[in-house]
Amino acid sequence: MASATVANHDTAAHDHHDHEHHDNFVTKYIFTQDHKMIGKQFLITGMFWAIIGGFLSILFRLQLGFPDMDMSFLRPILGGWIDDTGALDPTFYLALVTMHGTIMVFFVLTAGLSGTFSNYLIPLQIGARDMASGFMNMLSYWFFFLSGVIMFISLFIKTGPAGGGWVVYPPLSALEQAIPGSGLGMTLWLVAMTFFIASSLLGGINYITTVINLRTKGMSFSRLPLTIWAFFLTAVIGLLSFPVLFAAALLLVFDRSFGTSFYLSDIYIGGEALPNTGGSPVLYQHLFWFLGHPEVYIVLLPALGITSEVIATNSRKPIFGYKAMIISMLGITILSFIVWAHHMFVSGMNPFLGSIFMFLTLIIAVPSAVKVFNYLTTLWRGNLIFTPGMLFSIGLVSFFISGGLTGIFLGNSAIDIQLHDTYFVVAHFHLVMGSASFFGLMAGVYHWFPKMFGRMMDARLGYVHFWLTFVGVYLVFFPMHYIGIAGFPRRYYSWTNFEFANMYTDLNMFVSVAAIITFAAQFIFIFNFFYSMYRGRKATLNPWRSNTLEWTTPLYPGHGNWPGEIPTVYRWPYDYSKPGAEEDFIPQTVPLSATPESNLPHEQEMVKLELEIMKEDEEVLVANESKH
Amino acid sequence: MYGFLIGVGVLLLLSIIWMVYRIQTLVSVVKGSDKKVASGSNKVNAILFVLFLVGSGILMFWYSIKEFDNYQLPIASEHGMVTDKLFWITMAVTGVVFLITHVLLFIFPYKYQYSEKRKASFYPDNNKLEIIWTIVPGIVLAGLVISGWMAWSDITAPAPEKAHVVEIMGYQFAWEVRYPGTDNVLGDYDYRLITASNSHGVDFTDKNSIDDFPSPKVVIPKGEPVLFKIRARDVLHSVFAPHMRLKMDAVPGMPTRFWFVPTKTTAEMRIELNDPEFEYEIACTEICGRGHFSMKKVIEVVEPEAYQKWLSEQKSFIQMNPSLAEGLPAETKELAEIQLKK
Repeated sequence: MASATVANHDTAAHDHHDHEHHDNFVTKYIFTQDHKMIGKQFLITGMFWAIIGGFLSILFRLQLGFPDMDMSFLRPILGGWIDDTGALDPTFYLALVTMHGTIMVFFVLTAGLSGTFSNYLIPLQIGARDMASGFMNMLSYWFFFLSGVIMFISLFIKTGPAGGGWVVYPPLSALEQAIPGSGLGMTLWLVAMTFFIASSLLGGINYITTVINLRTKGMSFSRLPLTIWAFFLTAVIGLLSFPVLFAAALLLVFDRSFGTSFYLSDIYIGGEALPNTGGSPVLYQHLFWFLGHPEVYIVLLPALGITSEVIATNSRKPIFGYKAMIISMLGITILSFIVWAHHMFVSGMNPFLGSIFMFLTLIIAVPSAVKVFNYLTTLWRGNLIFTPGMLFSIGLVSFFISGGLTGIFLGNSAIDIQLHDTYFVVAHFHLVMGSASFFGLMAGVYHWFPKMFGRMMDARLGYVHFWLTFVGVYLVFFPMHYIGIAGFPRRYYSWTNFEFANMYTDLNMFVSVAAIITFAAQFIFIFNFFYSMYRGRKATLNPWRSNTLEWTTPLYPGHGNWPGEIPTVYRWPYDYSKPGAEEDFIPQTVPLSATPESNLPHEQEMVKLELEIMKEDEEVLVANESKH
Repeated sequence: MYGFLIGVGVLLLLSIIWMVYRIQTLVSVVKGSDKKVASGSNKVNAILFVLFLVGSGILMFWYSIKEFDNYQLPIASEHGMVTDKLFWITMAVTGVVFLITHVLLFIFPYKYQYSEKRKASFYPDNNKLEIIWTIVPGIVLAGLVISGWMAWSDITAPAPEKAHVVEIMGYQFAWEVRYPGTDNVLGDYDYRLITASNSHGVDFTDKNSIDDFPSPKVVIPKGEPVLFKIRARDVLHSVFAPHMRLKMDAVPGMPTRFWFVPTKTTAEMRIELNDPEFEYEIACTEICGRGHFSMKKVIEVVEPEAYQKWLSEQKSFIQMNPSLAEGLPAETKELAEIQLKK
C-alpha cells in the first residue's frame, strides 16, 4: 500500500514537472517556489548580512583596539555618530554590538545557514521533487527578506538602532529614557524579529513535513544522511523555541506601548517614578533564553550535520558511529531545552535553580564530546582529500573543541560568578557558536557549490581563504580568553576608567588588527563565489565522488530535480572504501544485489528481500503506465 | 596626489595577483592536475596543519606563562580562593583534553593524507568505544559539577547573622552606597519617595532608617563577613568586584544579595602588588546604557578596628540633611532628634 502511494505521488509530480517550463524571470528568480532557488536566495541574502555584520564588528574593534584614533574618516558613513573630536559615540558603540549580534545570530547563522542548506539539501538528499509546500517556502524567504529590510532601515534612523545588547533585556529595552536606541530603533527591531520568527516557523514546518513525508522509496530514517538528521532536528528545535521568543517580544511590546508591567517594576528614571509595579525583568530573561539557548543549537546543528557529510566524503570513510551521532544529536536537541538558565546564574534568580541548571548544562557536554570523538575516529585511517570544504570542516571541529571546553567553565555556576559577562564569554561563544557555525556554512558552500551552480569554485583561492580565516579567527578570539580571565567586562566602550582593566591595550590592538585582516580575507571568498558562478570550471556530475542522492541529479537540475523517476535508495549514505568494492564509494542508488562482492553478511541476507520489492515495484509501475 | 598614487598602486597589485591567478589556473588545466583526485596542494595543506599545531601551541604556552601574573588577578576574598581553585582544576582537565584532541585532529590530516595506493579502512562503528567515551566524560564532568555545586551552595547560603550589611544601589550611571548604622538594619525604601535630597528613596517613617548613612565608597572590614544588599533604581546593572570574585545583578523591583569575607586590606594589597595607588573596584557588568563602561565605585578594605572607628565617624542622612526629618510621625521624629543632637 505504502509503496503504491509513493509511486502514484511520483508520477503525479512528474506530470506536473513537465508543464513547469514556462517560468518567467519573476517566477524563476524572485517569487520562486523551487526549493533550490529559495536556498540560493537565503544564501545570497545571508552573505549580504554577513558583510554588514562583519563590518559593524570592525567599527567597534577599531574603537577597542585604537581608542584614541581619529575616526573622522568614517563620518561619510556614520555621520553624527562621530563627534567633533573624531571619537565614536558611546551610545552608538552599544548599537553596533547589538546589531552585530542580532545580525550574525539570526540573519547570518540562522537564516543564512539553516535557511540555505535545509532548503537546498532536504529535497535533494531525501529524493523529493520539492518541499512539502513550495508556497510556504516562498513566504518563508520573503518574510525573512521583509524582516531584513526593516532591520536595515533601523540602522539609519536618527535615534539609532536598538542598543540594549542582542538579548534586549528590559527595562533598558523598554524605556526610551534609558537609551535612545530603545525608541524607534527598538520598535523596528521587534517588528523585524516578528517577521523573522514567522519566517523561521514557516520554514521549519516545511522542513519537518518534507523529511517525514516525502522521502523517496527506500530512504528510511536510518538511511538519511546526517545532514538531513541535523536539519530535521534543528527545525524541531526552532519550531518549539521561536514561539517563546515571540511571546517574550509580545509582552515587551505591551510594556513598551500599552502600559503593562510584565517586566517593569519600581523604576525611577529621568526624574520621575514610573507607575509600573509587580513586573520582573528576570521573567524576560527566562523567556528569552528559552529560545536563546536552543538558538545556539539551531545555528550549530546544521553546521555539524554538514561537517559530518563533508568529513565522511573526503575521508573516503563512513562516518564513525552513525547511530551514536544521531543519538547525540537527539540528546542535544532534548537537553537544549532544559539548560537555558545557565545564562542567568548571577541574574538574582534563586541559587537552587542555579544548581539544577548547572547539573543539566554539564550533561549536554557529553553528547558534544561524543561527536568530537566520532569526528576524530572518522579521520583516523582515512584517505583524506583536502578540498576547501574539508578544510573548513576540520576547522569547525577545532573551534567546536576550543569553544566547547570553555563552556565547561561557564556552565559551572561557581566559576561563572567571575567569568559571567566578561570577554571569556565572548571568546567562548564566538568560537563554539559563531566561528564553528560560520565554518560549517563555508564548508557547505564550497562542497555544494558545484551542485548549486554547475561550476567549481577555485580550490586554491579556497585554501588561501581557509588558512587566513582559520588562523585569523584564532588570533581574534584566543587572546580574548586572557582578557576575560583578567576580568574585562563585555560591551565596554573603553576600559580606562578602571585600574584592574587598564592594561592589555597591546593585546586589544592585536585583536583588532587580526579582525580587520580576517574580515578582509572574506572578500577572497566573495570574489571566488561570484567569479566561479559565471566563469568557474564546469563541474562534473559527482565531483567529490559522493554517495548521496543530490549528485544523481542533472548538472542543472530543473524544478522537480530529477527528469524521470525519483531514484530509489538501497543503502545508507556512507558506503565509502567498502572492502571488496572496486571504487571507494557506492552511491545510495546502487542496489545491494548489484554489489555482491562488497556486501556485509547481514546485507547479503537483505538482497533477497530487496529483489522481491524491486519486482513488485516493477509491476506497480507497469500497471500505472497502462492506466494512462 | 598621494591618494591617486596609492590607488594606482593597489590597482597594479590587484592586476598582478589576477594575472598570477589566471596563469596558475591555465597551467593546472594544461598539466591536467585538475583531473586528479588530490593534487600537490593536498600535501601542502596536510603540512600546514602540522605547522599550525606546532606554531600555535608554542605561541599559546609562551604567552600563557609570560602573562600569567597579568591576567591572574590577585584574590581578596575567601570564596574567591575556592572558585579560583575550581577554575584551575577545570583548566587542567580541559587543557589535557584540548591538547590531546588537537594533536590528533592536526596529526591525522598529515598521517592519513590521500594516496592512490591506499584505501581508507572501512570502520563504521564500535559500540564499546562509544560507550567508553560517553561514560568517561560523564564521570569527569560529574566530578567537576559536584565540586562546583558544593562551592556554589556555600557561596549562596544565607549570610551569617553578624554580617556587616552594605546596600549598593545601581542607577544610570553610578552606584550609591547606604549603611544601616548602629542597628545593622537598613530602613525601608520606596522608589516613589526618591527626590533630589533622598536619592535612595529611604522611608524615614521606618525607625530603622533613622541611623542609616550614605558613603562615597564601600568600606568593609577584613576577615569578617560582609553582606551586599543589591538593588537598582532604573535598569539592570550588575555589581562586579573582580578581586573579590563577586558578581550579582542589580534588578529594579527585586533586591538581590551576595555575601563574602574579604581577606586582604587595601593597604596589604598595595604592598603585595607594589602599587601605592591600588584600589579595589566595583564595575558594572550588565549593559545599562551610554555610561555602562564608567560605573566605578571604590571598595576600601580595612582592619576591623579601623572599620569600627570609621563607622563611628559617619553622619546619618538625617544629620546631614535635617529637613528629611520634617513631617515624620512623633515616635520616629523623636529618634531623629536624638540623632541630630549627637
